[in-house]
Amino acid sequence: MSELQTTKTDAGGRLINILIELGFALFSIVIALLVGIAFILLAGESPLDAYHALYIGSIGSWREFLNTLWRATPLIFTGFALALPFKAGLFNIGGEGQLLVGGFAAGFVGFYFTGIPGGLHVALAIIAAIAAGALWGLIPGILKAYKGAHEVITTIMLNYIAIQLTIRYGIERYRIGGRQALPTIQDSAKLLRFNDLAELPVVGSLPFIEAFALPGLRLHFNFILALLAALFLWYLLWKTTTGYELRAVGFNASAAEYGGISSKKTIILSMVIAGALAGLAGAGEALGTHHTFMSGMDAGLGFTGIAVALLGRNHPFGIVAAGILFGALSQGGLEMQFVGIPSEIVTIIQALVIFFVAGLQMLKWFLLKQREKGEAE
Amino acid sequence: METIAQMFTLPLLLISFRYATPLILAALGGVFNERSGVINIALEGMMLFGAFAAVYGSGVTGNPWIGVLYSIGAGLAFALILAIVCVTFKADQIVVATGINIFASGLTIYFLQVLYGVAGTSPRAPRLPSIRILGMRYNPITLIAVALVPIVWFILFKTPWGLRIRSIGEHPSAADTLGINVNRYRFICVLISGALAGLAGAHLSIGEFSAFVREMSQGRGFIALAAMIFGKWHPVGAFGAALLFGYAEAISIRVDFAFIPSELIRAIPYVLTIIVLAGFIGKAIPPKAIGKPYFKGED
Repeated sequence: MSELQTTKTDAGGRLINILIELGFALFSIVIALLVGIAFILLAGESPLDAYHALYIGSIGSWREFLNTLWRATPLIFTGFALALPFKAGLFNIGGEGQLLVGGFAAGFVGFYFTGIPGGLHVALAIIAAIAAGALWGLIPGILKAYKGAHEVITTIMLNYIAIQLTIRYGIERYRIGGRQALPTIQDSAKLLRFNDLAELPVVGSLPFIEAFALPGLRLHFNFILALLAALFLWYLLWKTTTGYELRAVGFNASAAEYGGISSKKTIILSMVIAGALAGLAGAGEALGTHHTFMSGMDAGLGFTGIAVALLGRNHPFGIVAAGILFGALSQGGLEMQFVGIPSEIVTIIQALVIFFVAGLQMLKWFLLKQREKGEAE
Repeated sequence: METIAQMFTLPLLLISFRYATPLILAALGGVFNERSGVINIALEGMMLFGAFAAVYGSGVTGNPWIGVLYSIGAGLAFALILAIVCVTFKADQIVVATGINIFASGLTIYFLQVLYGVAGTSPRAPRLPSIRILGMRYNPITLIAVALVPIVWFILFKTPWGLRIRSIGEHPSAADTLGINVNRYRFICVLISGALAGLAGAHLSIGEFSAFVREMSQGRGFIALAAMIFGKWHPVGAFGAALLFGYAEAISIRVDFAFIPSELIRAIPYVLTIIVLAGFIGKAIPPKAIGKPYFKGED
């Protein structure tokens, strides 16, 4: 809330702020894991075994760590999709729908466009996904800016329109065969996976590149794009006029308007970029992970992204860290399932993290308030 | 022509009530909490958990009516989370509600595994009896839902209690000056909406069916939210919208359209809601204080 002010404080104060934020985030995760113990015990399993499996399956080895990054990639993007409009005072619940239209566009271009050389085909499919996602952000943006329609409701509605349009209608209309998916994309549209790096002509001769040549590794280049997107967002928000305007609108829309900032333009822009980023999440899933657009591939990624943004305190770098953490939870959940512990415990822990982060945020606010009161008296 | 004739047959219109039931209940719940100024996008999760609890209660006791009570209790339990974290501790309503939806999805599948050792569909449980009206079978929850519409209208518009709820949603600090305990009313309204959303879940699992299937609410909590908006936060309006959306579901399943794919017909409620919200046909204006936590002594 007070970012416009904190930029004025000295570096030491900022560092302390960051440490406090980190402390609260870690604290929420620890409590969520502790409460998670109750659910593990209720399932008649040993919490020690469960969390050991969670650890082994997520960051216990290099290979699992890379798979954790793979799981984190779409979450980082959908986290960004919530965070950027949030800076402008908007709640984009539409990450799910924006991801779906992006994934569908990528999957469609990936199969139905043929005869295009490799690099160009991937680029084209990614651009299609960005455009589709951006469109899905543009609609609620315009409706909010010009009609005052509450973006939470319009984005929820657009999520379900996207589900009907892509998963239900799109797949039914464009699939070949019985699978609930579009046909597998052309090889030329496949996003480069890390384990293919060693086979590339120049890159392949680099030292240590074999470290990525692991069978079954699905980490693909969208992860690099996610990191680049984090840098882009950081630069946009704190180093450009547009970013300043965006934060000013979020801080106080009418004051910003008096200061000559068009809040309409800012609202629309933030939603379009958010949609594009969620569309990229869909592109990664379609072109890198599944090599098709399929039913169920969204798997609540849009909604989990909300949790990621919340935990990452809506800061691009925080979101990358929170995304990796949530990625670790999902990846580690698989190992838990292998040793016979319901992996849904992970979903429960993720929900608990949301409750505690949201609740603790208020506790912090309350403590600050008490201190201010004390100082005033 | 034949398609159009099919669209307006009596059985189809009558069966719309069955599809509309969960929407009516959750939308009425939504009217309560939104009129009091709390946004509730967790209706979906509350409905899902209610559906599971109904099957569990019915299966354990052998009495589907106990299952109904369980579903209401389940909705209340989730509503209690929203009420405590958002009304008492004033955390963000959207964030916590999103958490509840994720929680509901995880928790129900977890219980399926822990209690029944399955991942998709629960064992069968006794379902509610059905009642025949005009040749169409209804389960009692449908009748309860329809009967609740005038009751909710009466409470909200004809009792002092309802007036207080509405005033809190529009101008909480003014209501506060008149001695109304804003947060207590909001707390209660959130609980009511949870109970109704839970009951809506029972309709899905032991009313129309006799088992729980993972993710069986399938976005109906969100359609109910849409119905509430389409009905302009009014119980009778919400009822009408829920019927319309139930009808849209019925025709998309039961009528074969040559010219429009049925999947796109299912998207109509969502499109209509956006259109109404944007004010293209009769603007829907939400209660003024919606979504904002109320802090005493500040404005």
